[in-house]
Amino acid sequence: MVNETPESLLRWIPLLPLLAAAFHGVAIGIVRRPTPRWAVIALSCGAVVLSFLLSCYAFIELVSLPGGSSVLVDRLYTWFGAGIGSTRFTADLAFRVDPLSAVMILVVTGVGSLIHVYSIGYMDDDDRDDRGFQRFFCYMNLFTFSMLMLVLGDNLVLMFLGWEGVGLCSYLLIGFWYSDRANAYCGSKAFIVNRIGDFGFLIGIFLLFKAFVDAGVPAGVGFAEIAEHFEKIAGVAIATPWGSEWLLVNVIGLCFFVGAAGKSAQIPLYVWLPDAMAGPTPVSALIHAATMVTAGVYMVCRLSFLYAAAPVASALIAWTGALTALFAATIAIAQTDIKKVLAYSTVSQLGYMFLAAGCGGYTGAIFHLVTHAFFKALLFLGAGAVILAMHHEQDIEKMGGLRRRIPRTHIVFFTGVYAISGFPLASAFFSKDEILVTAWASHVPGHQALYTIALLTAGITAFYMWRLYFKTFHGESRAAVEAAQHVHEPAALIVNPLFVLAFLSVFGGMLGIPQIYGDWFGIENMHSLNNFLAPIWPPAEPHQVAHVTELLMTGAAVGIALLGFGIAHHLYVQRPELPGRIAERLAGFHTLLVHKYYVDELYDAVVVRPLVKFSDAVLFRAVDAGLIDGVAVNGTATAVRALAANGLRRFQSGLAQSYVASMLVGTGAILWYLLG
Amino acid sequence: MIPLDHVIGLSAILFTIGVVGVVTRRNVIVILMSIELMLNAVNLAFVGGNRLWPTGPAGVSYDGQVFVLMVITVAAAEVAVGLGIVISMFRNRDSVNIDDVSLLKW
Repeated sequence: MVNETPESLLRWIPLLPLLAAAFHGVAIGIVRRPTPRWAVIALSCGAVVLSFLLSCYAFIELVSLPGGSSVLVDRLYTWFGAGIGSTRFTADLAFRVDPLSAVMILVVTGVGSLIHVYSIGYMDDDDRDDRGFQRFFCYMNLFTFSMLMLVLGDNLVLMFLGWEGVGLCSYLLIGFWYSDRANAYCGSKAFIVNRIGDFGFLIGIFLLFKAFVDAGVPAGVGFAEIAEHFEKIAGVAIATPWGSEWLLVNVIGLCFFVGAAGKSAQIPLYVWLPDAMAGPTPVSALIHAATMVTAGVYMVCRLSFLYAAAPVASALIAWTGALTALFAATIAIAQTDIKKVLAYSTVSQLGYMFLAAGCGGYTGAIFHLVTHAFFKALLFLGAGAVILAMHHEQDIEKMGGLRRRIPRTHIVFFTGVYAISGFPLASAFFSKDEILVTAWASHVPGHQALYTIALLTAGITAFYMWRLYFKTFHGESRAAVEAAQHVHEPAALIVNPLFVLAFLSVFGGMLGIPQIYGDWFGIENMHSLNNFLAPIWPPAEPHQVAHVTELLMTGAAVGIALLGFGIAHHLYVQRPELPGRIAERLAGFHTLLVHKYYVDELYDAVVVRPLVKFSDAVLFRAVDAGLIDGVAVNGTATAVRALAANGLRRFQSGLAQSYVASMLVGTGAILWYLLG
Repeated sequence: MIPLDHVIGLSAILFTIGVVGVVTRRNVIVILMSIELMLNAVNLAFVGGNRLWPTGPAGVSYDGQVFVLMVITVAAAEVAVGLGIVISMFRNRDSVNIDDVSLLKW
């Protein structure tokens, strides 16, 4: 049992962004008078920065608590409760900062602050007539609030509240420029696909709670309670219709993973994330790269004790993650939209995180989550700067040679590409290596295959990122002459936050230097992130990898990254005419990649259109129009009318005395009944 | 001492006369008078009842008699409204026959 230390400041971390969002909402929806620009900026950015400072404070306080396993808790009140006795269900409004959520709130508010500042510049020319600027910051603050609720919530229900909140904000922000129908469509797609995942999450909560009720444990839904009583349901098996028995925790774990796959864009629910790029670029950076899409990884890590006892669910997570990583990486090769490449890259990197989590390397998952938040936010914001410089041109086929025109953006983008490729000493070098080693050493069935897939993906990642970089910044400009003349470096407000992120992308890896380097220098516990997080993970037998093996793996990872770089350099710098010829030679495969394996078309044919047809023919025409409107509503009216026209209306004669007589008869009947 | 049976009996007879009057007479004024008769029949029953059970949970009780005062008040108001309607009806229809006002029907 961990010690809970009350800390009433925690509530302000999510509350400040909420207050800012509420202010904007009132100003836009009720007051309807323009708010001064400086007030919008001060309120929104101020709220997030203050949240960040409070998070830092909470972090420092958590570290300085005596005893490694303490947590900070801010318990406000019982949110709602139902039932009595042993089946009583209560959900508290309570916030919890343990090492895991401390890392998450630092990332969310830290990266969030930088992106808010960046947004001031990026959204500057947004349409003032419909208060786009304020609306944007309203949604961004609401998102920050929801995300903080998600990671700070002390129980599953509160986490679900944040989970839904971020989904809503994601929808609102993807369709931010809603006057274009395509954007609104992308927002709806994201929301609906996420709902499928949320369904699994909900079922998971229900099953978990029911399992506790069946086991006679008054556990509730709080994380501390669940973890404490978890062993009582860990061994429960349930019968399946086809005879065999399944561990209940496997089923629960799979349900939760359906939710995670929806939110974190894993196969088969990844299709919404690339389309989510319809939103403004800061949104892509904050929501669809750094924070929201990592919520699924956070959830799996938060429920690590459950997954440690659910080998089947864990193996499935690992395999889904690895396959998603490879699948999305191959799609990214052939994309020409700068943001789409990054989107598929995000899907791929999220796959890495799930691979690590499924293999039991929860620290590795969180480590990669953190470094990915740095370098992917950097890459997205850098891409945003490029897009601004090119006057909203996103096609890399129409860029090229930007290196000299926008040198500051070039430097930070280069840093991001360097970091994500896993080149030595940058952040992904350490975090990706840790995942590779974890995959190799895990007990998941087929772990060598997982390692191979992950290694291959690392090479492809390096290739498509350097391809993106070379096509954008090197070679001759392919833009229209007039557009090329107007290329300009974006404002300082946009570029400067990138330097902070670039610094973090390079040095973020220092959080988790593997122990082998520590052994060389005689330093114990080199991996500081693991030291910090380890107390909350379930105890696991340490899987040992020989030093030589680990060094070989590092060498292999760097080697394949260099190979990817080399191929990209050869194809896009030295012989820029080659890629076209290769595409021609492999025309079938190239078309397949350009069309993203036709998955969208497949879903459209198998799920969307049959569903629309079914809804139209059955739900709309038969049930709604036929049954509800026809039978229930109009049918009642018709029946009443028919009855009244032919008989009932004779009673309303207009003669007062006939009414009196009826009343008399009625009263008499009632009296007879009561007295007789 | 008059037994309660007689009081109740008189009340019942008066009430019945009132009911029959309301149902059978066509003249609105007579109907109004019949209603008054019914109300007063009830008043009589109240007073008689109060006389029989003069004590309540809190000692001596005048509940029945207080009720009668209430009924008289309401009856006065009702007659005022009712006669107003009768006058209005007579102005419009030149009649106080209730069968002449039966427009509000199917």
